[in-house]
Amino acid sequence: MQNRISAVLVAVALSCAATGFASAQDKTIKIGVLTDNSGLYSDLGGVGSTLAAQMAVEDSGLAGKGWKIEVISADHQNKPDIATNIARQWIDVDKVDIFMDVLNSGVALAVNNVVREKNSIMINTGAATSDLTNAQCSPNTIHWVYDTYMLANSTGQALVKAGGDTWFFLTADYAFGAALERDTTAVVVKAGGKVIGGVKHPLNTADFSSFLLQAQASKAKIIGMANAGGDTTNTIKQASEFGIVAGGQKLAGLLLFITDVHSLGLKVAQGLNFTETFYWDMNDGTRAFSKRFSERMKNKAEPSMVQAGVYSGLVHYFKALEAMGGNPHDGAKVVAKMKEMPTDDPLFGKGTIRADGRKIHPAYLFEVKKPEESKGPWDYYKLVGTTPGDQAFRPLSESVCPLVKK
Amino acid sequence: MQALYAQLLVGLINGSFYALLSLGLAVIFGMLNIINFAHGAVYMMGAFVAYFLLNVAGIGYWPALIIAPIVVGIFGMILERTMLQWLSGLDHLYGLLLTFGLALIIQGVFQNYFGSSGLPYSIPDELKGGMNLGFMFLPIYRGWVVVFSLIVCLLTWYLIERTRLGAYLRAATENPTLVRAFGVNVPRMITLTYGLGVGLAALAGVLSAPINQVRPLMGADLIIVVFAVVVIGGMGSIMGSIITGFTLGVVEGLTKYFYPEASNTVVFVLMVLVLLVKPSGLTGRAA
Repeated sequence: MQNRISAVLVAVALSCAATGFASAQDKTIKIGVLTDNSGLYSDLGGVGSTLAAQMAVEDSGLAGKGWKIEVISADHQNKPDIATNIARQWIDVDKVDIFMDVLNSGVALAVNNVVREKNSIMINTGAATSDLTNAQCSPNTIHWVYDTYMLANSTGQALVKAGGDTWFFLTADYAFGAALERDTTAVVVKAGGKVIGGVKHPLNTADFSSFLLQAQASKAKIIGMANAGGDTTNTIKQASEFGIVAGGQKLAGLLLFITDVHSLGLKVAQGLNFTETFYWDMNDGTRAFSKRFSERMKNKAEPSMVQAGVYSGLVHYFKALEAMGGNPHDGAKVVAKMKEMPTDDPLFGKGTIRADGRKIHPAYLFEVKKPEESKGPWDYYKLVGTTPGDQAFRPLSESVCPLVKK
Repeated sequence: MQALYAQLLVGLINGSFYALLSLGLAVIFGMLNIINFAHGAVYMMGAFVAYFLLNVAGIGYWPALIIAPIVVGIFGMILERTMLQWLSGLDHLYGLLLTFGLALIIQGVFQNYFGSSGLPYSIPDELKGGMNLGFMFLPIYRGWVVVFSLIVCLLTWYLIERTRLGAYLRAATENPTLVRAFGVNVPRMITLTYGLGVGLAALAGVLSAPINQVRPLMGADLIIVVFAVVVIGGMGSIMGSIITGFTLGVVEGLTKYFYPEASNTVVFVLMVLVLLVKPSGLTGRAA
């Protein structure tokens, strides 16, 4: 009897060792780009994110070293329930190793739970909510590009310093809007400003005139737009119609992307201040990548920071796997390795990943050029300020993330 | 109190889009018995035609107000001739499914080529600026939209309810065989009516281009509300859909003021109430 038990134990131990050995040598990777392929955010993520992932795979040269890498993509339609269904199927059936993009804060928080439960990986480049690395932080998630804290910190502080000390918020009525309003309010109050009102509007609203009239009546110096995509562009366009900027109030785009500026046109968008962490025309590295990228895009668009983040995140992921000598298919283990290594790529420069999963790099405050300053399509931004990485994001001392040792 | 006046006026402006769109739907349903789910897509096409006229051919806003509805109207007539006419006499569901499918295809094609963020279209110089009404700042363009769409709505109502051509149309829907016997070309009239309904949607699209971004999904976001308007007003009732369009714009505007979170639900709540109390709609004839 005893012999039989020990024989079984030996067999189990051997098979464990065997799989462990095999997986360390396993050189297959499956990347899932989960994004909005058809809705209001599809220009800033969408097919561009999938293209960025493919370019990262091609540029890595891993195929030549015997790695087998596959990129798949799906449309989450901005619905958390659809997104979690896809996530479960990808992990359980399709054996996806890593989730990229996952824009929309509501979706990101939902997928974050699945990824953690199943020990997969998410490099989130699209969602804004800073909860991903704070209250909801996870050993399986890295938040790569930007977050609400950083946007509020950079844009909010700059505007209050310039005299905008009373604020009225136009807030998209879901997780992202609430987080952005909360984080901006904190920054405004800390800098000595006051929030005198706000209104929550449904996601994907066509007409903002009613909300803009309320903002106008509030006499706040700054109208903070805690929304994104089509909601923001409609707000900006209609605000100019209602003479809001001409009347002395200033619009603060808390989250604007280059695709929004392109869609508005410089005539309407000129003079807006906002924060991004990537712009295609920053240096030779960003220009070279963006040129190759836009050539392969159907509408010749330059990459947004979300799409650039997909590339940058994968570059680092591949480095970590190469250093490990194979893909262990163990999310937390790979993420831990990624946090150990400093990041460096042509798009975001040198950086680090903190214990809470926050990727650290500088934040840039841009101003949209006047039409006469622009040399051609997509030449839109002037750099007006840079916040160094160590000051741009929520300090670890304020973090409530359990992964941060205090 | 001042704020309330302003919200009423803003509601009226939005109501004019609802009115124009639901009017087209009502005309099509009343005359062809087709539930035209492609209405949002043709509304979007109207805005896109205006955009192309300006950026490709250099033709501005004013000619676009006429050209875009005609171009899209012809597109609609081709659809009617080649597809919709085969569905006459079948259950409503067939027309609904066909037009819904068409809408998805049209939107998909536009989104494939132009993305989702949309394209810029600016207000014509003549209508830039605004007036201070005391209780609010009214952009001149918005004022123009209300006045213009009201005129178009009333003209359409007059055409259908008060002219000889309108009488033929109404007769043809009641009893096509009999009207045919009088020597009236009924199929051609039906095609033209569909063109008219679609043209009205395209006109609304041109009107909205300077206010909203010209986006492939601009119609998809609106069409559901417009259907609710038609249901509340009574399917096929011309005057009903005009009045309900403006009224619901105002109701929605007030909701945006008092309880903004509910502003995109209030129309549907009203629809449920109306259906419970008076299923044929506020002005509709019993089926």
